[in-house]
Amino acid sequence: MLMNLFKFKGGVKPPTNKTQSVTLPIATAPIPSRLVVPLHQSIGGTPRPVVQAGDKVLKGQLIGEADGRISAAVHAPTSGTVVEVAMHVQPHPSGLDALCVVIAPDGQDEWIARTAVDYQSLTPEEVRARLQQAGVVGLGGAVFPSHGKLTASKTVPMEELVINGGECEPFMTCDDMLMRERGEEIVRGAGIFRNLLQAKKVLIGIEDNKPEAIAAMRAAVKAAGEDFEVVAVPTRYPAGGAKQLIRVLTGKEVPASKRSTDLGVQCFNVATAYTAWRALAHGEPVVSRIVTVTGNVHAPRNYDALIGTPMDELLDLAKPHPDTDGIIMGGPMMGFLVPNPQAPVIKATNCLIAHDDRLFPPKPPEMPCIRCGACAEVCPHELQPFEMYWFARARNFGKTQEYHIFDCIECGCCSYVCPSRIPLVQYFRFAKSEIWAREREKNAADGAKARFEFKQEREEREKAEKAEKLARAAAVQAARKAAEAAAAAAAVGEAPLPAAPGPETASAAVDAAKDAKKATIEAAMARAKAQREAVQPKNVEALSNARQKEIDEIEARRQAARMADAAGPAPTTPAGGKAE
Amino acid sequence: MMLAPAPYLLKDVSVSQVMTQVCIALVPGIAAYAWLVGPAILVQLVIASLAALGAESLMLWMRGKPLALFLSDGSAIVTAWLIALAFPPLAPWWLVALGTAFAIVVAKHLYGGLGQNPFNPAMVAFAVCIVAFPALMSQWPSVGLQLTTGDQIDVIFGLAPRVDAMSGATPLDALKTALKLGDGDIDVAHLLSNQDLYGNFAGRGWEWIAAGYLLGGLWLWQRKTITWHVPVAFIGALTLISGALWLYNPGQFANPLFHMFSGGAMIGAFFIATDPVSGCTTPRGKLIFGAGAGLLAYVIRVFGGYPDGVAFAILLMNLGAPLIDLLCQPPIFGMKDKS
Repeated sequence: MLMNLFKFKGGVKPPTNKTQSVTLPIATAPIPSRLVVPLHQSIGGTPRPVVQAGDKVLKGQLIGEADGRISAAVHAPTSGTVVEVAMHVQPHPSGLDALCVVIAPDGQDEWIARTAVDYQSLTPEEVRARLQQAGVVGLGGAVFPSHGKLTASKTVPMEELVINGGECEPFMTCDDMLMRERGEEIVRGAGIFRNLLQAKKVLIGIEDNKPEAIAAMRAAVKAAGEDFEVVAVPTRYPAGGAKQLIRVLTGKEVPASKRSTDLGVQCFNVATAYTAWRALAHGEPVVSRIVTVTGNVHAPRNYDALIGTPMDELLDLAKPHPDTDGIIMGGPMMGFLVPNPQAPVIKATNCLIAHDDRLFPPKPPEMPCIRCGACAEVCPHELQPFEMYWFARARNFGKTQEYHIFDCIECGCCSYVCPSRIPLVQYFRFAKSEIWAREREKNAADGAKARFEFKQEREEREKAEKAEKLARAAAVQAARKAAEAAAAAAAVGEAPLPAAPGPETASAAVDAAKDAKKATIEAAMARAKAQREAVQPKNVEALSNARQKEIDEIEARRQAARMADAAGPAPTTPAGGKAE
Repeated sequence: MMLAPAPYLLKDVSVSQVMTQVCIALVPGIAAYAWLVGPAILVQLVIASLAALGAESLMLWMRGKPLALFLSDGSAIVTAWLIALAFPPLAPWWLVALGTAFAIVVAKHLYGGLGQNPFNPAMVAFAVCIVAFPALMSQWPSVGLQLTTGDQIDVIFGLAPRVDAMSGATPLDALKTALKLGDGDIDVAHLLSNQDLYGNFAGRGWEWIAAGYLLGGLWLWQRKTITWHVPVAFIGALTLISGALWLYNPGQFANPLFHMFSGGAMIGAFFIATDPVSGCTTPRGKLIFGAGAGLLAYVIRVFGGYPDGVAFAILLMNLGAPLIDLLCQPPIFGMKDKS
């Protein structure tokens, strides 16, 4: 069982506060009076509603159809009647509304016809489709549709499948309790993932502050007859971060610019594996999840809660103390205070913490950065947070990217240790969103520019065609004149060379006409180009690659000038002149 | 309802805690100083602290910053103490006060205050005063000068005349001067055998003050307030260059141990070059910064005209710190093979 563990740099050890909520087994939360099920509960496309007000639905019935490849279906968490499909407040820091299906439960909790399948008889493609239809998404909090992560790289063999039971966030115990009570189903789910990815090894990583879960998972692996390794990893936040756990178990570091499958490793949360097994072996889509309800409450506990349960109703089950002044969704390191306690439990809701000033003292005033480097010491991605802070504050977003701001996983270690109490993560989120906004703007501007240039090109082409037509007409006329002259000369009869002059003059005329045509086209093109150069700089905005554009323009101008010089001396009525 | 962002847990740390630790770490050195050289240093520490708090209050008020918050951060006190410890212990009170005020007003607040100063304020004060008042800054109490505490205080406040006996050189300076005057005829070993001036391995008395700084510095390292990089690089570079020249000509160059425990080497290595605001912050940058400071300190103190080189060495390295850090960015998670 002993295996060589790797270390990740940085990390912190905040008080874990986990023991409070593991004294009691998981309880099933009662069906609330009303369920508000948001359609958009995973990364990717927003599922399309397939029910409308007045429809009767059964538990597990599809209410939102996956939209696109990266999207996952949404189902009715219990049987009842659809009250409305309307905008409702979301558990999101913004406090914005999103489209939800509101269901009035009938109390019967009546399932749809559930059909278990033997997934081994299905093709991998069919298994992935079933997982998508069952709404299986990453339940660690990132809610990425799982089927999208279950295709191995074509070039890199899948070495390790990591099952994440790290659960490093303080207060949170939902995965711990799930592993203790439903370990075998997690192992079976991991088996599905292993088969789909053709992974050589399965490693189940659990922080060593959860000995009961480790023992339960080892027993479960044995009972399932699998050869998975259950590995106790040192307790240090954020050891349960996917990239950190992969590092600890395999020594591989997945940079922001790569997918983990490119390095032959993939990672799933234990609860995700559990729901995948339930979906295939029991035909149950994801309609509930384990939520830790803890913090400033009387009876901290884990609840199996229906998706869509209003948070305040769920919190009430744990009897919050009267001085509770907010609900944190997620852990205290990466979670957020929900703007509205009536927001529903969603698939990403792993933990609800009743907030009060005793558990979470108000933040002391922010001081200037003294560059002590404590943030860099604890950054698990080995960034220089104080440098990124410096540039984010100065709105020098280019520099923040040079310091790899997009490798920041926002784990909060830097903010946690900062002696100047600077909310560093907030600065990084700000910088990231600003960069995204600017890139969107830039893309829009680039699109406009491309359209403008296309239009100009078309106009130029039309002008050139017109010039060509004119030149051709002029050439024909010149040829006719030359022929007339030759005919006249022949008629006078003074020509010493009777036959020769005709064709000669004619060919000269044709050459002249060609030259004239070329010169006209060149002149027209040069004019158009010069015109475009004169217009374009106004359209170029000071964007990140403005410099490159500037260089391009200078180069283009120089070429235009060269062409104009060459074309400049060409006479405006060349045909007549050259024909002589 | 408040909607503060995560994380909702904060480690119990603050700027004032960091600064307090630095002050505590200075205590062994200060105790040795007061015991072996004279309690006048305690008076100087008080003078410098008061001047620092006064100047800090004035600047904070002028800049419209909250006084209580910034006065309690302790950074001004650290600057004040480093100045008091760097100046001659019997320097007139106004010199210490002037130096401290200059450090706080010009070197700190005119650059933007806490966290913004490119140069270490204490070292700026030292450099300015040694250039502006070279005589006063070179008057170190002669060995054997037995002044009572009252007399020492009288000297500081100008109530007693400054007599010749007070204007000795530091052991480091004395050695340099003697070697220069001896013009190659005098042996270092012979000079160091002068029991009045030199002790077991460096200046008599001063060597134990330096040992006190070393002790405090090790505590800071153990508490993770500083990392090992700067002190190790500083002392390592100082040892290397002094060792090389000592091996080359032991008659004209003192041994590395002497240099380590002389002048401002120890306090510089552990307390001044480790200042994160004006120094380097990346691991490799810290090594370069420390080594550069150690090297320059040796060159200036041995070949230069000043009694010691630590202050100038650190200021010179402060100048290069931003560039050094820029060039020493460590590779990040997952990108180690590429760079």
